[in-house]
Amino acid sequence: MKPPLHVLLAAAACAGLASAVVIAQPLGLPPVPIPRDNPQTPEKIALGSKLFNDKRLSSTGEVSCATCHDPANAFTDRPLVTSRGINALTGTRNAPTIVNSAYFALYFWDGRSIDLEDQAQHPMINPVEMGLQNHEPVLQLVRTDPDYVEMFRAAFAAEPARVTMKEVQQAIASFERTIISGDSPFDRWYYGGEQQAISEQAKRGFDVFMNKGRCVSCHVIEQDHALFTDNRFHNIGIGINRIQDEVGKFAPAFLEAKARGADVDKTVLANPKASELGRFAVTETLDEIGSFKTSTLRNVAVTAPFMHDGSLATLRDVVEHYNNGGITNKEDPVNDFLSGGIRPLGLTEQEMTDLVAFLETLTSPQFAAQRQAAGNLPSCNVRTPTGGAKEP
Amino acid sequence: MSIIYDRRRFLKTTTLAAGATALPMTLVELAFAKPADNFSFAYISDSHIQQIKGAQFVRNWDRGLIRAVAEANLLSPRPDFVIFGGDLAQMGSKPELDHGAEMLSKLNGKVYHVMGEHDYYLDLGEYWSKLFGKHYYSFDHKGVHFVVLNSILTYDEWTFDRWPTAERRMAEMAGLDNPNGSPFMVGQKQRAWLKKDLSRIEKSTPIVVLSHSPLQKIYKGWNFWTEDAEQVQALLAPFDKVTVLYGHVHQIQYNQIGNISFTSAMATAWPWPYPETYAQAQQMLPKLTVHMNRADPFFERDATGWQLIDIHTGRASVNYNLYNNAARTVAFDEHSGQPKDLSYQETDGRIAPQVHY
Repeated sequence: MKPPLHVLLAAAACAGLASAVVIAQPLGLPPVPIPRDNPQTPEKIALGSKLFNDKRLSSTGEVSCATCHDPANAFTDRPLVTSRGINALTGTRNAPTIVNSAYFALYFWDGRSIDLEDQAQHPMINPVEMGLQNHEPVLQLVRTDPDYVEMFRAAFAAEPARVTMKEVQQAIASFERTIISGDSPFDRWYYGGEQQAISEQAKRGFDVFMNKGRCVSCHVIEQDHALFTDNRFHNIGIGINRIQDEVGKFAPAFLEAKARGADVDKTVLANPKASELGRFAVTETLDEIGSFKTSTLRNVAVTAPFMHDGSLATLRDVVEHYNNGGITNKEDPVNDFLSGGIRPLGLTEQEMTDLVAFLETLTSPQFAAQRQAAGNLPSCNVRTPTGGAKEP
Repeated sequence: MSIIYDRRRFLKTTTLAAGATALPMTLVELAFAKPADNFSFAYISDSHIQQIKGAQFVRNWDRGLIRAVAEANLLSPRPDFVIFGGDLAQMGSKPELDHGAEMLSKLNGKVYHVMGEHDYYLDLGEYWSKLFGKHYYSFDHKGVHFVVLNSILTYDEWTFDRWPTAERRMAEMAGLDNPNGSPFMVGQKQRAWLKKDLSRIEKSTPIVVLSHSPLQKIYKGWNFWTEDAEQVQALLAPFDKVTVLYGHVHQIQYNQIGNISFTSAMATAWPWPYPETYAQAQQMLPKLTVHMNRADPFFERDATGWQLIDIHTGRASVNYNLYNNAARTVAFDEHSGQPKDLSYQETDGRIAPQVHY
């Protein structure tokens, strides 16, 4: 596998370090935050890449991290609506791309994980993802497989018996921190000053994005970089709208189950209704019922379908959902707990079309090439008649 | 389905979720003689439902009330009842009151209503009465005597003789810093009723007074004011424990005057900034001509919210559920003998004032 990475290996200038990794900073992105206790090294990144792609980390030997975060598919499992784990079991949520996940403040759609290191351990033992009972088989593998033994020695100076899940998780996280991508036409226009990098239509769409569309309030653009996320959680009327009448029963019932020891990670991926409680399931705060993390918009044109439940098929569907004020179909009832930031926008047909054209300028070159090669991606600017994605 | 929560667990959860608004369950582990007498109620206030025309209402205010109602319905264990603190409507019209009443009808359990000036000054509370009953009344609940006052009355001349139309009267009373306005008052007739009502109550019985205006004098220009506050306070003075809970101010206030603890409620509609009097010094700020809407203008619910109030041994803890903001609790502190903001009180817990611009 040859992921489209911006990795430059540099001889360490700093005294005492064997080697260090400098990640070339793409246009439009800030430096990647690297935790103090998990510095990037080429050995660790190579190990993380191997782990990321290793199907032996699942109970059936058929699912790896890359199954749902496929490098050939912008690190998603497009066009699946929700992810498919062992034995073709499906979870409740759409696999978000790994690209630029290094910049997130919290992980998973509901932020139930505090960093990439912590996040990496959960899918392995989730019954609908990689399906292991516990992490023992992972440790067995990395302590006995000759390749791993050698790579853990190189990356952590750790003998097999001393390797724990901590090192496994650190390696995967280090690898994921190399998967960053900017340099999109938008970046070349906005940060690079290339007037011709995006079309006039996309420039009009940018104006909608910044003003009438109210997009930028959550999908943040800074003066010298843009992550297109506020790293916060909002109820935007997705998913929760399907269980509106049952929230009163379901929210207290979920809390009761949680108090009795139910695992949040397993419950929300296995139970579609619990899933729609969003961040409330993690924090138990009323303000976060049905709220999910703001996604980055980078490469959004190649990561359909959209939203935490994959329920919207095209970018045009997403824009219409927001334009309707947090409802996918105009006749749907508005959710009682809808974020105060979501209201009808009154965008014209032209403005919506322009906005989607702008969103299409956020694709980095390597993923634009993927899209080109795939050849059959649906247009972003077509409204799905039913207003929702279908299982392929 | 009946769910019993372990109160201690919620205390723990709340601590962990610092910075966020935790499900405002009863937060205090109680160890009083008769725990059966402890109870909670929800307090929703100042929704200002506003008609644009026909069936069209201001969406922002609608969403605020809808959300408060939906959240109050999630509370478990159930609060014993709900108080609506007044200003359900904006201009007091029948369509506004009807629309508001319809949204409130989704609340589970008994609702007690308080009259606000925006409900009153169009038809002097006539239609409001048809929907919600008496303008002032009292009731007893688990050993506590509740008094609901209509504290937004004013001088008869202003009410009955000054304005050519009812609409004009309503609009004049709705204005801030309005030289044509008039101070709120409970009035002689209602004070006489209150005196009689309280005469049959033991002095040791905890009293909770619900009014729309503060029953204390804070800022006259915005009617954060009750003209006969002192007389009303005098009637409450003989009782050991008195709590006054009021709306109208759209901000968190608390105060202690003698034996009376005052705590305000947030609005579901919009927040008010603090009146200039709070600067406690001359300041040269321009006159407020544009209303501050949101602390964060993107989030229409920011700086609004509602309250869950615990009553234990006759004293109140007011738990504020504030959207996009950290939860706050203003509770009576036995040690200092006054209400205290549990999170804001400590000096090092405060947000530093802005010193540069």
